[in-house]
Amino acid sequence: MTSVVEAEAGRPVDLGRTAPRSRFTVGRTLRYVVLLLFVLVVLVPVYVLLVTSFKGPGDAAPTRAWNLPQVWTTANWETAWSTLAPAIARTVQMVVPAALISAFLGSLNGFVLSRWRFPGADLVFTLILFGMFIPYQAVMIPLNQLVLGLGVPSGVPSLILLHVVYGIPITTLIFRNYYMTVPQELIEAARVDGAGMLRTYAWIVLPISVPSFVVVLIWQFTSAWNDFLFAVFFSSSQNGPVTLALNNLANGALLQDYGVSMAGALFASLPTLLVYVLLGRYFMGGLMSGSVKG
Amino acid sequence: MPTATRRRAGVRRAVRRAGAPLLLLLPSLILVGVFVYGLIVANTRQSTTDNHTAAQATGQAPTTGVGLRNYLDLLGSEEFQHSLTNLVLYTVVFLVGTMVIGFAWAWLLDKPLRGEGIFRSVYLFPMAVSFIASGVVWRWLLNSNQGEQASGLNRLFQMIGLDALQNNWWNNVSVGIVAIAIPAIWQLSGYVMALFLAGFRGIPVELREAARVDGASEWKLYRHVLFPQLSPIALSALIIIGHMSLKAFDLIMSISKPANYQTKVPAVDMYVFKSAFDYANAAAVGTILLVIVAVVIVPYLVHTHRQGRR
Repeated sequence: MTSVVEAEAGRPVDLGRTAPRSRFTVGRTLRYVVLLLFVLVVLVPVYVLLVTSFKGPGDAAPTRAWNLPQVWTTANWETAWSTLAPAIARTVQMVVPAALISAFLGSLNGFVLSRWRFPGADLVFTLILFGMFIPYQAVMIPLNQLVLGLGVPSGVPSLILLHVVYGIPITTLIFRNYYMTVPQELIEAARVDGAGMLRTYAWIVLPISVPSFVVVLIWQFTSAWNDFLFAVFFSSSQNGPVTLALNNLANGALLQDYGVSMAGALFASLPTLLVYVLLGRYFMGGLMSGSVKG
Repeated sequence: MPTATRRRAGVRRAVRRAGAPLLLLLPSLILVGVFVYGLIVANTRQSTTDNHTAAQATGQAPTTGVGLRNYLDLLGSEEFQHSLTNLVLYTVVFLVGTMVIGFAWAWLLDKPLRGEGIFRSVYLFPMAVSFIASGVVWRWLLNSNQGEQASGLNRLFQMIGLDALQNNWWNNVSVGIVAIAIPAIWQLSGYVMALFLAGFRGIPVELREAARVDGASEWKLYRHVLFPQLSPIALSALIIIGHMSLKAFDLIMSISKPANYQTKVPAVDMYVFKSAFDYANAAAVGTILLVIVAVVIVPYLVHTHRQGRR
């Protein structure tokens, strides 16, 4: 039996259903109550983050931990922004090329693996896929030496390389599953017309891949933006991305200053949260593909 | 045509047929080959040396092979056993928590409901945030101070009259790691919900209708119609979430401290060894993690690979 989400692989996913008939029942009311309770629980950290980030030094007493600020101040926000802004800029420089290059590679691989059945194609695919699951700790020591040996500078260049390389499995998977659903006749027609593989790819396949590209770009953008493991091994506070800078801010000299680190946490999360809110269907598409092996 | 020539022509045709696709795949194949498989070999080789000092790590002193001694020392040390126990404890709590909550949410949202989209978005949004960012907030929430000095969740418990629930969270030596699983559950339950919800939505309405017409009770409907349909999704979710438990690293770095005995896991040990230029032990920890993951993942990949062909 194939997984039911398989058909949606690599496409935007809409989990919505047709508008419900509204009718009052005890069961439905109970369901709302439980769902709302869960909403409250899930939003507790959001409340803490917002409230704490607006608090001044006068609110430090533990008895006021859950209270609203006595005086609302944006001082924390200004400090957090001036501390994190350079790292946020570096993260943008790192994430954009990383996402674009790995999406392109994934699309090429996905196309080849879904259409051209050369001997061993399935084995090659499985071997690539395994790269998605390895704990990166298992390659970290020689990886460090290799990147150093190749002369790739620490910070943004190293991180671009790593996110591209280790993004290959997931991007290949998403595109392969998407191209599997493209009607074979479309490709065959191009072949009959004498188009080679590259021409078929450029003229037929690429134009219909836009939704998958959005899914993959968002996926790679989010995971590279939120990455900490590679950041901590391949960059420093001077040249690292925002996760590293935020962690230094939260655990550094301003140890007790939760207000600043909470404001910083929001700055660090805003880009991915915006993507989630604005492009939720595509975000879901990436999430779903992660679960699909075919 | 003599057989030799025919065979050669066949080979040439096969090469031509496989040549173009291979050429397009080549950059990725080389990258994955080197950065995944090549480095796994290199790492394993380093893990069997006595490369424990900065001088050796920088190539100023020679290293020699010691066989499996690093592994035996690691697995025999109380410190590393504590890390492994922590990893198991964390993974179990994380898995059970996300699966139960995720399934409950999907089940609650499965039947038509006004405002469903809002509930879904709220439950899922933590997934878009990095563990480092959420760790900042959770470090505040999981503050171990109690009584007068209590802050975070402990203070909240006092305020709602549940003083008994106060505890020292991740500072507990034996089960502190469970506290680190709480933010992880908060972040990924929505993901499991989304998977199950897609599963529920993928089940044809006719299937449910047919069962109802046959007079199946609600429980029987779930037991015999819905659960079997959902089991591949449950397996996927288990694999992905289980594999993400290695991400505990980010949360631990953010909430407690890498040197913290209470919350250490192998991934943290690896970082500590690396920072101390003990490359051999760092590599050995990495390989141990790889073996743990491979024991679960390889059968899964083989299994789905077979299904894909059927």
